[in-house]
Amino acid sequence: MNNEQLTLLQRIIKGKWIGKGFLALLALAVIWWVGGKALQSPPLFFQQIINGIQLGFVYALIALGYTMVYGIVRLINFAHGDVFMFGAFVSFFSVSQFQLHLWPIKALPSLPPALGIVIGTLSVILLSMVSCAILAMTIERIAYKPLRDAPRISALITAIGVSFFLEYFGALPFVFTPNFITYKRPFDIVTWYIQGGIHRLEAGAEAPPGSVIFSNVLIIIIVVSILLLVGLNYIVRQTKIGKAMRATAYDKPTSRLMGINVDGVISTTFAIGASLAGAAGVLYATAYPQVVFWMGIIPGLKAFVAAVLGGIGSIPGAFVGALIMGQAEVLSAGYISTPMRDAVAFTILILVLLIRPTGIFGEPEREKA
Amino acid sequence: MLLEVKDLNVYYGAIHALQGISFYLNEGEIVTLIGANGAGKSTTLNTISGILRPRSGQVFFEGKDITFTPAEEIVRLGVCQSPEGRKIFATLTVMENLEMGAYTQNNKEEIQKNLERVFRSFPRLKERQNQLGGTLSGGEQQMLAIGRALMSRPRLLLLDEPSMGLSPILVEEIFNIIQEINAQGTSILLVEQNAQMALSVAHRGYVLETGKIVLEGDSNDLLHNPMVAKAYLGAH
Repeated sequence: MNNEQLTLLQRIIKGKWIGKGFLALLALAVIWWVGGKALQSPPLFFQQIINGIQLGFVYALIALGYTMVYGIVRLINFAHGDVFMFGAFVSFFSVSQFQLHLWPIKALPSLPPALGIVIGTLSVILLSMVSCAILAMTIERIAYKPLRDAPRISALITAIGVSFFLEYFGALPFVFTPNFITYKRPFDIVTWYIQGGIHRLEAGAEAPPGSVIFSNVLIIIIVVSILLLVGLNYIVRQTKIGKAMRATAYDKPTSRLMGINVDGVISTTFAIGASLAGAAGVLYATAYPQVVFWMGIIPGLKAFVAAVLGGIGSIPGAFVGALIMGQAEVLSAGYISTPMRDAVAFTILILVLLIRPTGIFGEPEREKA
Repeated sequence: MLLEVKDLNVYYGAIHALQGISFYLNEGEIVTLIGANGAGKSTTLNTISGILRPRSGQVFFEGKDITFTPAEEIVRLGVCQSPEGRKIFATLTVMENLEMGAYTQNNKEEIQKNLERVFRSFPRLKERQNQLGGTLSGGEQQMLAIGRALMSRPRLLLLDEPSMGLSPILVEEIFNIIQEINAQGTSILLVEQNAQMALSVAHRGYVLETGKIVLEGDSNDLLHNPMVAKAYLGAH
């Protein structure tokens, strides 16, 4: 295509210098706008940042599953958001029906109650992670593995089909029902406010104006996410299976020649990604305490955008992309209007695809001989 | 007989790539398959390795039929390939590449001993152990590819075009190492386009032409065979 056929917009986006200038202007405008808001009311701004971090970490846990699975089988696993939903429901049932979070207190009455709650909560998260891992391995085995050598579009369509199946199976009256269900947290919420120091906010009390509030939900989300991210990094960098995952992502036939069980490695990748989504499901439900069969769609799509923004296939990229997405969503919801957060999220997707389809950390697709 | 290939027929879709190939390799031998591009040399190796499946015919390793054994099991049995084009894991370090070669091995001490053995054969890999595989030169990548395959402690090493794209001095070096490896007790099936070099280190050889073995014999005889000289050695 020669230059005359390009529209102005295409030239702006494709032209090296003009494109960069456009990006710089856009970045400046965003910084100026956000900065203005920050100066107007610093406490409100910090409140938004805190909320954005909370959301960003949850997105990061989901985005990692997208990016890892894409890295190894070049599939956008659109059922991933529904695995996240499944994780939230598993924890809902384990808390509401089976009181799993109370087992340490029941089994070991001498345990300090706070420690009992922490262990109980971690057990709930762990059960969701394991359940999601099993679900994802089953999906992979039944739906994706038979299509390994089929065109990529077949697997993609199948992923969308699996997504719908999980949603509408969940909507059945004897499964998760089609209704919103109030989620019971495995722990009591405790809130603090920051104003010249950190103060405990009594239940039912109002935080003083101009203060920033946060709760133990934020702490749990950050601590659990960081533990999982450190664990994931350890698995991928240091362990034999992690190295085999990277080798398989790079070159499947050669991995098989080295005696790597490629199918097993792929299955493990699905399991790890899904377990992170399962943990994210629990954390998300504790932060926004409602569960419903379609709750995975929008967070799933947002996490997908985060993975693309960071560079799909890149693990650090998914993390950085998710933190940016969390902030973008909270700032646009807080300062423009709530429905704008979805518009902004998908505008980011469109901009990334137009300007830098490989994302922040992404490398151009390699030629494989 | 360590390896026996019997009447192998392999197809790529409608293309009949291997048309009834049979050959064998005795314990301790270097056997070479020579032939032009597209003769079926790599196809033969990949069928032995289990990543291609024949339509008919059989592959025996130590008398055991491995024709339809899964690829990873074949590595475990003691057959490992250093593939054509080296196929280094570019995003993994040299050390991690070697660890992937040892994927089927579980004994940590054995792996460590093997690693030292590989580093003795290829001291340059030791110097570069923390570098990414993709940053190595062609010759170093070839050494890494062979070293990686050796990490699985193979009884039979399959080498696909180890001289490809290397300078004559490096080719000489690689072939010296191949002979050393063989002297230490590993049998080698060597696929090469560089027939001169391959026949000079091998005990026996087979000449492949469009999926068929057209000639076989001792390396010396093949080297002096007028037909081989004309087709593959650039007759003088």
